[in-house]
Amino acid sequence: MTKASMTRWLALGLALAFSSTAAQTQQAPIKLGELNSYARQAAFTVPYRSGWQMALDEINAKGGVLGRKLEIVSRDDGGTTSDATRVADELVTREGAVLLFGSFLSNVGVAMADYANQKKIVYIAAEPLTDAITMAQGNRYTFRIRPNNSMQVGMLMKQAKASGVKRWAIVAPNYEFGQSAAGAFKRLLKEQIPDAEIVAEQYPALGKIEAGATVSAIEQAKPDGIFNVLFGPDLTQFVREGNTRGLFEKKTVLSLLTGEPEWLLPLKDEVPEGWTVTGYPWDEITDPKHKAFIDAYRAKFNDTPRLGSLLGYMVVYMIRDTIERAGSADTDAMIKALEDAKFDTVIGPVTMRGIDNQATMGAWIGKLTLKGAHGGMTDWTYQDGTSFMPTEAEVKAVRKD
Amino acid sequence: MDYSFLAIQALNGLSSASSLFIAACGLTLVFGVTRIVNFAHGSLYMIGAYIAATLVPRLLELQFGPVTFWAGILASALIVGIIGILIEVLLLRRIYGAPELFQLLATFGIVLVVQDLTILIFGPEDILGPRAPGLRAPVEILGRRFPSYELVLIAAGPVVLGLIWLLLRKTRFGVLVRAATQDREMIAALGVNQAMLFTGTLFLGAFLAGLGGALQIPRVSAHAGMDLSIIAEAFVVTVVGGMGSVPGAFLAALIIGQLQAFGILIFPKSTLVVVFLLMAVVLAIRPYGFFGRPEVIGGSHAIGITSSKRSPYAGLLALAIIGAFASLPLFEDAYMLKVATEILIFALFAFSLQLLIGVSGVVSFGHAAFFGLGAYGAALSLKWFSMPMEAALPAGLLLAAIGALIVGAFVVRLSGIYLAMMTLAAAQIIYAVAFQWVDVTGGDNGIVGVWPSAWASGQVSYYLLTLALVVTAVLLLMRIINAPFGYALRAARDSEARAEAIGLPIRLHRWLAFTLSGAAAGLAGGLYAFSRGSVDPTLLGIPTSVDALTMLLIGGIQTVTGPLVGAGVLQVLRDQIMPLTSLWRLLLGLSIIAIVLIFPRGLVGSVRAWMEERA
Repeated sequence: MTKASMTRWLALGLALAFSSTAAQTQQAPIKLGELNSYARQAAFTVPYRSGWQMALDEINAKGGVLGRKLEIVSRDDGGTTSDATRVADELVTREGAVLLFGSFLSNVGVAMADYANQKKIVYIAAEPLTDAITMAQGNRYTFRIRPNNSMQVGMLMKQAKASGVKRWAIVAPNYEFGQSAAGAFKRLLKEQIPDAEIVAEQYPALGKIEAGATVSAIEQAKPDGIFNVLFGPDLTQFVREGNTRGLFEKKTVLSLLTGEPEWLLPLKDEVPEGWTVTGYPWDEITDPKHKAFIDAYRAKFNDTPRLGSLLGYMVVYMIRDTIERAGSADTDAMIKALEDAKFDTVIGPVTMRGIDNQATMGAWIGKLTLKGAHGGMTDWTYQDGTSFMPTEAEVKAVRKD
Repeated sequence: MDYSFLAIQALNGLSSASSLFIAACGLTLVFGVTRIVNFAHGSLYMIGAYIAATLVPRLLELQFGPVTFWAGILASALIVGIIGILIEVLLLRRIYGAPELFQLLATFGIVLVVQDLTILIFGPEDILGPRAPGLRAPVEILGRRFPSYELVLIAAGPVVLGLIWLLLRKTRFGVLVRAATQDREMIAALGVNQAMLFTGTLFLGAFLAGLGGALQIPRVSAHAGMDLSIIAEAFVVTVVGGMGSVPGAFLAALIIGQLQAFGILIFPKSTLVVVFLLMAVVLAIRPYGFFGRPEVIGGSHAIGITSSKRSPYAGLLALAIIGAFASLPLFEDAYMLKVATEILIFALFAFSLQLLIGVSGVVSFGHAAFFGLGAYGAALSLKWFSMPMEAALPAGLLLAAIGALIVGAFVVRLSGIYLAMMTLAAAQIIYAVAFQWVDVTGGDNGIVGVWPSAWASGQVSYYLLTLALVVTAVLLLMRIINAPFGYALRAARDSEARAEAIGLPIRLHRWLAFTLSGAAAGLAGGLYAFSRGSVDPTLLGIPTSVDALTMLLIGGIQTVTGPLVGAGVLQVLRDQIMPLTSLWRLLLGLSIIAIVLIFPRGLVGSVRAWMEERA
């Protein structure tokens, strides 16, 4: 009997808690469910949490949305697919979240998209970058803010063409994100530089790279260019080992995400100068609106912003706009308000394209350089995502809805 | 493939062999003397890396130079050695006589505690240590650059081996360690101060673990997952080399290092499998490793369910509980049903393990293998053969049963700690296959979209389906436990020699029990997959096995219903506490240790003992 009665008491207590709060305030807050890998991917997700916290505080200080406050119930998604859906279930059925947002790893993002479709609840994938979330596994309930792998790789391709390199090696973490990015690179390389070839591919398991063996295997193939998708601890070890063994000398290196401060800071002074990367050169941003965000963030948290900070901040404001325009927190109304909607964000206008639920947010492309004790970006430009998005025909060919 | 590449690859292999040996030899020394398989050895290794990665840069700021660097490494190892003393005095000393299941769990409790403490103290981000001064530049070998630090590592292994050899051969402490490894009772009888000897051994073991971790900082960043990845490999080294044998560990590390270095060339995507496959093959041919000796029988004693008169109210109580569960949907609380569904699934998982541990005395440390096989079996047949849930669940059960049949064939030949290690190896092999066979299993991504058929997709209907299947399976298993077959298993558990003497085919019985238990765990796994909508390799990992063991431990190993209660309590606690704190593992670890030390009978066992006392 212990089990049954215990659950019952808990349920009773929970019910009481709910009813009493509802009685106290006329307008209960709108609850948003947030889940992310705060323990396993802290480098990105902790600044991201600061970002959404800051937006939440600002919004509620101005009276919230539709006359109600916003509340974010945040959980750790454990970094695995089955834990994430379990947490999502808790957020929806116990906490009463009206929509879900977050997750970091692409495989978790795919599982969340699948969950959103199964349970018919809006899910905004803030960070997961695999194409699948808005393409093959896309559905009407799942939306993404950041430019996906194909878009970011597309932005790097210009550099690949300019370098004239024909022999390429790929190194990517062996899970959804890395596989998708490597796939996009191979596809775009074939389209844009037909006579180029891939001479080596290395797919170490995420977080378990054997840097020495990986570097010597790439070296062995004698490529002229390297396309890197590694991030986090894998990247740090790969760069150190590659620097020691001279892997990057006289080679063109294109690298996804490496210019983001979350991955650049741990490299300290071993930054591989000259890599062409996507990233976030926050220290050189001059646009007044964006600069104001950066200054406010630094003042509030006494820390420099990461890309995650910006993303967390943007996502919550976009959710506020969505609910405001929808006029309620009803799922169908929110979907209607999201599709083809224009948002005015700190980095400028962003549109949520209706056919694949992919936002037009762009990325910063530049070269890595050492600035004092840490790395940073130089020669960078901001590339809007619009012109790099998959065409309507491409979307229609793979999406099932 | 040219000659210089092979040479470099061999050097890579040697340097990882050396690192592995230093990390593992402490484990084998500690086992030799104390007979405890110390799961926390990997945690000590991780602490060593974290301390060195934090301490050495500070020291280098004071005075930059090789001397400072190496002094920092040694200091870090010494600090870890002192932590080892603390662990011995506070915990291990109290469980030398306990059954090995409790020893394994208690040291795993330390692993959990250390994981959270490490993040609390050193922060969640990975720390990359400084490079060794003077060893930054690579050396040129056969026209290729090779990091000079790796050469130092290659030399470090044999140096450590030599020093340990000197210590064991030329000092009184070494003589005592060797004597204790051969016959613990004898040296106790000769009046040797065992407390000092054990504490000293733990210090040495922890020092070596810390040294192993500290030496890694210029090449790998200190991160929170180091403990489990190194302990799994260290187990392979010690078991393959023969537990308690330092030269055996060295030989095993050499083989594994080369296997990994060249395995990458031949099977680039199955490096993890190769290592555990080696362990399984060695154990199948030489059950005690290269230089190990058979365990002295009597050093460990099996514990398990005892026969007791059935209470006349047992049937009524069971009916009442089933009735209570069946009426849960009346509350119309979707979340409560979700929790209840998972409680039922884990109850079946833990109960299937009880058939092995409590009834047969087969201490399996890799039960997650069959839970995961069931989940993967169901998910794969859904994905590749488009089977509906009704066919996918039995398919998962079948796959788990076949897996258990194969693993069981090897396992039943072993006993004690080697058996536990073999089951662990089996689970790790299956984990590695699921993790690295990306084309079929999806690798790290797992398989998504594993949802029940339409009729069962509602929270209520899926809950009722789970209830029906779990109740059926549990009642069936209870019937088996109380049948002559179950009594035969218990006889073999309590006295193998006598059971054999009266003509019971022990191995056959155990093999059958292993298969049955695997099948039941597989059913639980399949139900779990459909409840979560996806599967991923963590289902097959060590923490999943430990979850099942913890449920057993909480409920009480000596009772039939213990695992069921244990599953309920653990799931409810996890559900209530996990959202409130980030220190869940710390709490879980401390509770495991507390149960082992002061509450070894578990909840149901304690209640029963109390009732019997009153009567």
